[in-house]
Amino acid sequence: MSVTALTALQQDLQSCEGCGLLSRPAHGSHEGRCPRCDEELTFRKPASLQRTWAFLIGAAICYIPANLLPVLTTTTAAGAESDTILQGVVLLWSPTGWPLSLIVLIASIIIPIGKIAALAYLLITVQRGSITNNRQRVLLYRMVEFIGRWSMVDVFVDTFTASLVQLQPLMAVEPSAGLVFFAAVVVLTMLAAESFDPRLIWDSASSGEGLHG
Amino acid sequence: MWDPAMYNSPLSDSSLIACPDCDLLQRLPEIAPGESARCPRCDVELWRRHAHSLDRPLALTVAAAILYVVANSVPMLGLTVVGHEAFTTVFGGAAHLWSAGWEGVSALVFFTAVAAPGLQIGLMLAILLGARRARPPRWVGTLLRYYEQVATWSMIEVMILGVLVALIKIADYAKVIPGLALFVLGALIFLIAAIEASFDPREVWDRVEWAEKAARQPAAGEPMTEAAS
Repeated sequence: MSVTALTALQQDLQSCEGCGLLSRPAHGSHEGRCPRCDEELTFRKPASLQRTWAFLIGAAICYIPANLLPVLTTTTAAGAESDTILQGVVLLWSPTGWPLSLIVLIASIIIPIGKIAALAYLLITVQRGSITNNRQRVLLYRMVEFIGRWSMVDVFVDTFTASLVQLQPLMAVEPSAGLVFFAAVVVLTMLAAESFDPRLIWDSASSGEGLHG
Repeated sequence: MWDPAMYNSPLSDSSLIACPDCDLLQRLPEIAPGESARCPRCDVELWRRHAHSLDRPLALTVAAAILYVVANSVPMLGLTVVGHEAFTTVFGGAAHLWSAGWEGVSALVFFTAVAAPGLQIGLMLAILLGARRARPPRWVGTLLRYYEQVATWSMIEVMILGVLVALIKIADYAKVIPGLALFVLGALIFLIAAIEASFDPREVWDRVEWAEKAARQPAAGEPMTEAAS
């Protein structure tokens, strides 16, 4: 782009995350309050990279037991049987049930690892000061934000299966430890996405224009 | 105490904004209802203007509130197998997890499927009623900030998909009965989407009383000693 793009940061202006109002902090000050909605203002989300990394590493660690440990235990007269998320996907797979099986596979296994990989990529490129593919990167961030909630599907599947299938002594279904880790992955990746500041993607390109100060 | 240094000073040109996704300074164009404005650099939708942006969401929100109450008081799904019959509500799902010792997951399910959707509808109702006053009071803005945070965690549509998958899983060994709440929740998803699509937060922010003014008001009643300076 040949047009010199100016950002609020370069002009010492702060944009409110609550109400969107643009305002000027007192001279030399880095924090003030939004005169319209009283929100505390900063130029960028505070400690965005550190916080996002912390949530992301937590999510990556929980992702392992979430997939290795069983999420449901089915007790019948024949004994108890435990299923992991992947085994649940395989159980659902049938000539008629495969679309649902695919939904669970995507929502529970592919989306969480995809989110972790995408956010790690965004963090690394921001830290390296990358100035390329900015539009694609911000689009990736929006996808992560938009799709993230759908990982919760398996938590709901297991919750309602367990609460409904209580047919003692015939059959009973109870959650298992894997579900706790899986729920943690969903929550931590959502918090990671929320603490990432997409404006950081553009900051390296803007600072190259040397307009600040 | 009110400290004037605490507040940033607003710009004289109120149409200037910074893009929330890339920080680009730009002037928000005047657009007609139905049109939207996008950031030229990162292509995020900055503003979509709606006609009747307070009346239409209010009607939808009242309907959503009624459906929400129904959805949480009738059974959502049930099953019968060799004489046994079982039913559960949305809350029943979370309650079962709690009693089985899975308090953390239970709290998450309760929050995302019951509490957050309820708060979302309740907050929206209060915001819209407050915003219809000639001079919307400050609390309307405060609630609007909470609303946006709560909406992220309100997951009725995700829960419905989960329930459908559970139904099909269980159908292998028992006869499943979809309850009334399932259909009501299905309708509620569309209502909530319609509320989000017809509501214009900018309309509220443009009219709400400013925090800075509200903070200065107590001083207005006092003797005018400082005002002279």
